[in-house]
Formats: sequence, structure tokens, C-alpha cells
Amino acid sequence: MGKRVAIVGTGQTHHRSIRRDVNGQELIHEAAVRALKDAELTIDDIGGVVIGNMDHFEGINYVDCWSIDGSGGYLKPTIKLTTGGTTGATLAVAGYHMVASGMFEKLLVIGWEKNSESDTTGAIITCTDPIIERQFVAGAISGLALEAQAYMHRYGATPRDAARVSVRDRRHACNNPHAQLRGEITIEDVLNSPRLADPLRLLDMCPRSDGACAVVFASEDVAEKICPTPAWVLATANRHMFSDYTDVVEMSSLLSMVEASKELWQKLGIREPLKEVDVIELYQPYSWAGLIWIEDMGLCKKGEGPKLLWDGVTDMGGELPINPSGGVVATNPIGATGLIRCAEIALQIQGKAGARQVSDVKLGVATGFGGNWWTDMLAFGKKKPN
Amino acid sequence: MERVAIIGMGQTQHAAQRTEVNFPELVYEAVSLALKDAGIGIDGIDNVITTCNDFWDGRTISSMATGDVSGARGKNVSAVEGDGAFGAFYGLTRILSGAYGTTLVTAYSKGSESVPYLITNAAFDPIYMRSLGLDMVTSCALQARRYMKRYGISEEECALVAVKNRGNALANPNAHQGMRITVEDVMRSRRIADPLKLYDISPVSDGAGCIILAREDRAKKIPHRPVWVKGVSFCADAYLLGDRELSECRALEKAAQAAYKMAGIQDPRKEIDVAEISEAFTYQELLWTEGLGFCEKGGGKKLIASGATAKNGDIPVNPSGGLMGAHPVIAAGLIRILEAARQVRGDAGDMQVKKQVQLALAHGVNGVCGQSHCVWVLGRD
Amino acid sequence: MENQKKELLTIHSSIDAEQPFRWSAGRYRSRFLAEIRDHKKFFGVRCPKCRKVYIPPKRVCGPCFAEMTEPVEVGPQGEIKTFTILRFSFVDPELGTAKPVPYAFGSVKLDGADTVLTHYIDYTDESNIRIGGRVEALFEEKRTGGIRDIKHFRLIE
Repeated sequence: MGKRVAIVGTGQTHHRSIRRDVNGQELIHEAAVRALKDAELTIDDIGGVVIGNMDHFEGINYVDCWSIDGSGGYLKPTIKLTTGGTTGATLAVAGYHMVASGMFEKLLVIGWEKNSESDTTGAIITCTDPIIERQFVAGAISGLALEAQAYMHRYGATPRDAARVSVRDRRHACNNPHAQLRGEITIEDVLNSPRLADPLRLLDMCPRSDGACAVVFASEDVAEKICPTPAWVLATANRHMFSDYTDVVEMSSLLSMVEASKELWQKLGIREPLKEVDVIELYQPYSWAGLIWIEDMGLCKKGEGPKLLWDGVTDMGGELPINPSGGVVATNPIGATGLIRCAEIALQIQGKAGARQVSDVKLGVATGFGGNWWTDMLAFGKKKPN
Repeated sequence: MERVAIIGMGQTQHAAQRTEVNFPELVYEAVSLALKDAGIGIDGIDNVITTCNDFWDGRTISSMATGDVSGARGKNVSAVEGDGAFGAFYGLTRILSGAYGTTLVTAYSKGSESVPYLITNAAFDPIYMRSLGLDMVTSCALQARRYMKRYGISEEECALVAVKNRGNALANPNAHQGMRITVEDVMRSRRIADPLKLYDISPVSDGAGCIILAREDRAKKIPHRPVWVKGVSFCADAYLLGDRELSECRALEKAAQAAYKMAGIQDPRKEIDVAEISEAFTYQELLWTEGLGFCEKGGGKKLIASGATAKNGDIPVNPSGGLMGAHPVIAAGLIRILEAARQVRGDAGDMQVKKQVQLALAHGVNGVCGQSHCVWVLGRD
Repeated sequence: MENQKKELLTIHSSIDAEQPFRWSAGRYRSRFLAEIRDHKKFFGVRCPKCRKVYIPPKRVCGPCFAEMTEPVEVGPQGEIKTFTILRFSFVDPELGTAKPVPYAFGSVKLDGADTVLTHYIDYTDESNIRIGGRVEALFEEKRTGGIRDIKHFRLIE
């Protein structure tokens, strides 16, 4: 039987569209130092480093080796994972298993990206099959547009419904000193923003950011000595279902979210997630996902996502706040983004979320999205699991 | 450490070019063989770890393309970027964490689809080093020169590795190339980057490997004897070439010491019965045997010259031919684990060492000039 | 030194440093492309277990983990499952130049197939493209064995 594992410290940079003042290693270092400070540990206390980003954004091969100066992995076990957009969540899951295995007592997990260093769209295009489909697509934007079109066609949601999601998250971001875009927007701002790929407009989409996030995972042997309120990992579930984009036929539902969330709720013994979960940090790369994927997660029936938004259920102060941090449409350093979701949930559980604190958080869920319509999910809790 | 075993393994025919398959199909070959070897169906696999590298594949998030062929559908899966030995480590922890009973680990690359020196050039820091045109071969030439100067090692002494391993590869049906050569053949081979000559350098291969790890209770009803994981660790040294002493491998020493401690090994030279290590270049086998504690620092040349590391010596190194026989980058370390496991099982065919293998060592490398090492100790009991 | 402006440098990669690749299509995709090039026909492959027809064809059906060997001709017409019209200018990484916009592309489910092809959808009037719309492939006169041997899909009816 494995050890119980908790997040005992987090750190993130103040995310920006361009950080010209630091190179990648220095960016990583900022987050690492902040996480160690938060946990009141030094790098000598750390048993190993798990790090990730998306290679082609910075154009550096073997990043686990390259980043040693910044990550603190010097003469320690250091390993890299990458799964595209969901890298950050994948890293968190790895942090969990590696500590639960007993191989590490305290582990530093780091996600980072310097999106400004490359052409994001161009790099994402290279994730598609070079023989069959690379010539037609336009990065993340075009793929997501296909999903939004299919959903809109099937369930009748409108761009106005989607805009309500962006408005929510941009308002939430104002409470988050780390967020990149900290200015409220209106529905009309979204609907009048430049068209990208039907039906998406600029303000429906996430920005590209330079940023890093680091999290300290610790085993039950030391977690409670390190911090008064460890954020315990309760369960993880993921589905990387498709290998070819051409296998994705029905796009009005995110199948991996349907499957992963089923497994997660079952592991947690949750029947009504809307009632039983206190807060969600949803990896939501564009506004429409805030309608579609909350349905697929089982918060409401298919087609009823807009109602949840307009009723204010997912706003701060609502029954189940989503993205109190402002989420991905406010900040998106891709390799870090999934890990930021976990760090934010940990802060919520620890009561350290400042102006974005949701009251009385006992159970929070972080998700990751990326690759070929993949979903990773982690649930964290205040109470030490049995 | 809870008892976990390798219960199945498979590898492709490694070759200069496998143009008849794309990389998912290459992985499928290895996966199919591993499942057959373990005598289980894909439903017996609880979770999947893919090891690959976006640069080598020419594709961002390349791990997505091999999900179907690894039976990832409906399962929890993940991907490690780096050498397969590291991927296998993560696969191991997913069992030790209590989450899963079996893990399928794959690792692959098709080096023929790109220009390897450009791929490895991309490992160098874009601000300080990349425009110098360094790649794996030229940077390892620097390391070779430093190591050889420090301990007075000659090119002929390094060449013994090529003679031994390329000869051993003749007995390896999966090898990319095996050849019966002499030290003179190595010395006469084309100079690539002094002191490295053609035969000092492992060939870049297209290939894939797969192993299946299982918790003890899932390792019972299998056709072969289970190969137990006795110890495993990994460690990374400093990144910039000038930030570390290239004639040493501290990261390997640390990884080996930690793995030995887990396995209860005090004298590796005596207690390890066979070792499969990642020698991308001849000098590396000498240097790695020092880091692994098979001899004292600088003693690598004497060790090989003594015949101790020959197939029927008392510490055989790379009876499979090692990387000189086949070097599918990224997969290399996983295949070392596989070959070491075969020795423990006693079914390495013509590669099998004569003595009974109680403990075997496998080793993988990530990064440039052996910056990061992963060491596995496998056992019969 | 104090008065020296704090300069922040950006290091650029040269185009020469881009990685050239030669991907193997493998037997299945090679056959798929050859049939388009030589006969203007679409060939998928059927899973022996779930009977789904995959196009482009591949060796393994993921959900069944079964090897597929039965070729099945599909199309030539199909249905738009989803689409979008690209309106923002971006640099095509294959060409290194800006892609002309607007253009439409989408997922086309050829008749008889259970998966979709991704390709351009040609239109004269934007309002004519819709999910569920019927399309057929238009082939290039000179075909070389690549996915661009299909020029685009055009709306029919």
C-alpha cells in the first residue's frame, strides 16, 4: 500500500505575456524558490525534481537536463514529462505517484513555459500528423473552434453564452496577483473582439504567457510537520483516449472528460459533484469549454451548461465557483497551466488564496486538458484520506 | 521496497531504417511481443507509460500517436520524455504507489527520419552553445579527450570496447549491426571527431522496446520466471559542459550507490553477475564501469583489458552488444533493462553468460555527455 | 556601468537550424495515399471486432486493441461533421509564410467510414457550409502521393 501524499507548498511567477528580463532557467528558478519558501524548506530537503513544458515552444531538447541550474535538480534525480497542454496536471499526477511509492519523501514538481520564445500556433500545428492533417490546421484555435461549432449546432448554445464564461474568469482574475490579464471585460467586449476561427473571437481564447509554477509534494511521514494544512491528494483519473485526431468524430462532448470524471467521482464516492465539490480549477483554454466540459464532468445535463453560467452558480459566491484564479483565459504558460490549477486548489484548501479565497473549501478539483482531446483530473482535500 | 517484477518484454528488429512502419506501428511490434511473452492480454495491463521525445519524432506531443497501439484506451496513462529507463522508473512508482497492479512501459525512436546531429544540437543551450554547432558526437569527443588525457588512456584501449561489443552483437538477433573486428579495424575507421572514429560510435537505429512490470500478486501465473526489481535510482549532473568534470560521472556514482543500497549490494564488482549499460561511444563503457563501482577511477581501461567484462569474464558487460549493436535513442535504456532481465531469466540465447545470474544491472542515460543516469538492479529472487 | 541602459537581448534561431524530417507513412497510410494518387479512391480498414471502418487506415483499432487487415472502399462523398472558417493570419510552419485567410476546413465523414478526414472545404458563400452538409472530394490533376492530392472537398447539392 502506498503512502498518502499532500501538496505542502506552492510557488508561481507573476505571469506575463513576455518576460524579457529572465531566460527560461531563471523563470523556473523564481517559481522553485517561491515554492520552497512557501513550504519553509531548502533545496537540500528535496529528494528529486519532476519538470515539464512543451518542447517546441522553446526549442530545447532534453529540458530536464538543460534546466538543472534553475530547477534545483543538481545531483538529484530529475525527470521530465510532457503531454502537451495537460503537462502540468500530468506532472502533478507523477508527483503523487513518485511520493506515494515511497521513493521520495519530498519532491519538487515544476511546470513552465516561455511562450514568447516561439510561434505558439506554429508549434501546436506540429502536434498533428504530418502526413494526414498538418497542412490544414491552425494550432489550438482551429481545433477548439471545431468543438464549439459542433456543440453549438447540437445544443443551440450561442456565442453570448460562451462570452459569459470569459466575463466570469476575467472578473475572477482581478483577485489574483499572479494572473496575466487582470482587467474585467463585458459580454459586448467579447462579441466585438476580432474573429479568429468561427465561432471563436479573440476574447474567447486564452493568451500565451511566460510563466512557471512549482509545487512541493510530501509524503504523510512529513507533510503535517511541514505545513499546518496539507492539501491531500484524494484521487486522480485521466484518459488519453485518441491517438489520431481523425478518430474524433463527435465533438459536442469531450469524451475524455466524461470518462475521467466518472472514474474520479466513483473513486471519491461522489454522486452529485455540483453539491459535493467546493471549488474547481478547470483547465479551460477557451470560453466554450466552460460550457461544454462542465456538462461532460457531470455538473449538469448536456446542453444545460449555459444555464449554470447565467444563474451565477460558477461565479465567486455561487454554489460551485469555477476558476477563482481567473483560469486559463487569464493566464496560460502552457507547461505550467495544469500545475497552476493544482497549486490554486492547494491554496484554496490551505486558506491561503487571499482575495480569491472560496469559503470553507474541503474538496477541490483541478483538471488538465491537452493533446488529442485528453483530460487529466486530480482531487485534493483538507482531510487526510483513510 | 515492495516486490515488483518484470513479467514480459519485447523489442523490435532494430535497423538503420524501418521505412515500412511509422513509429506507432514500430511500438505495436514491441507491445505485441511483450504481451505474448507475459502470456497476458491487453486487459491485463492496468496502466501505460510511453517514453518518447518530441524532437526525435518531429512532432509536438508525439506520445499521443502511440496510445492505440499500447492499449491506452480506457486506462490511466502518462508519458515520460527521456530515456526509457527513466520511463520505466515512473511505471514502477505507479505500482508501488498502490494505484496499479501492472504497468506497460514503451520506449522508441526512429532516428532515420531526421538528422541526428540537428536533433542533439537542439539539446544545447540556445543562448550560449547551440550556434557553436555542438552535437552529441562532438561534445562526447570533448569528454573522451578529457577522460583519456586524465588517465592516460589510448584510443586503442577504448577500441577494445568496440571489438567486444560489436562482436557480442553478432549473437543478438535483434541487433542493428554486429561485426567481427580488430583494434586495427577501429583505428583505421574514418575519423569523425577526434578521438572518436566511426567504430567508436554507436549506430543510430530505428527501434522500440516494451516491458511489463507487475506487483508480486500479478506476477504469479506467467510462462517465464519473474525478474525482480531489487533497486533503482537516477541522478542528473550539472548542465553546462564546463560546470562539471567531464572525466568523471558523479551522477552515475550517486545513482548507482542509491540503487545498490536498495538492493543490499556492497561490492558491485563481486555481486553483480552481468551488466547491460548504455555506451553510446567506446570511451563511455570505460567511464561508466568506473561510475558503477566495478573498478576504481581511471581503472576502466584495465578492467576491459583484463577480459573481466567479456561475455564469459567475471563481470560481463553488454553481452547483447550494447549500444554498439543497436542504438534506438530513447529506447536504449529500456532495452538494456530488457537484456539484463533476459540474462536473469536464462533465456538470452547465444548471448547468455555461462554463470548463473543472480543479480543483473541495467543502465540508461539521458542528456549530453552522460549528464543524467538511471541504474536498475534486477534479481532472480 | 550604472548609466548603461539595461539591455535585454533576444537570440534568434536561424531558419537553417530547422529540423528536416522524412516520416515513414507505413504500409497502411502508404496504401491509402497511393489509392488516391492512382485511382482517386478512398480506402479505409475495418476492425474485425467492432466492425468500425477507419480512414485514414491504420494498423490497430484502439478501443479493441485489434489488428485490422480488411480494406474497405469508402466515399467518394461524405458529410461535414464539423468545420470552422479560419480568419486570423498565422505563419504556416510547413511553408514559413503567412497562410492566406479566410479559409474553411473541417472533419469530413466519408460514406461508409466511421472516422473523419481533415481537409479544406471549398465554398463561395459562407452561409452554405453547415454541419451535416454533403461534400465530395476534388482531386488535383497532378497527384504525387500526399494528402494534398485532394485539392479540397466541395459542397454538393
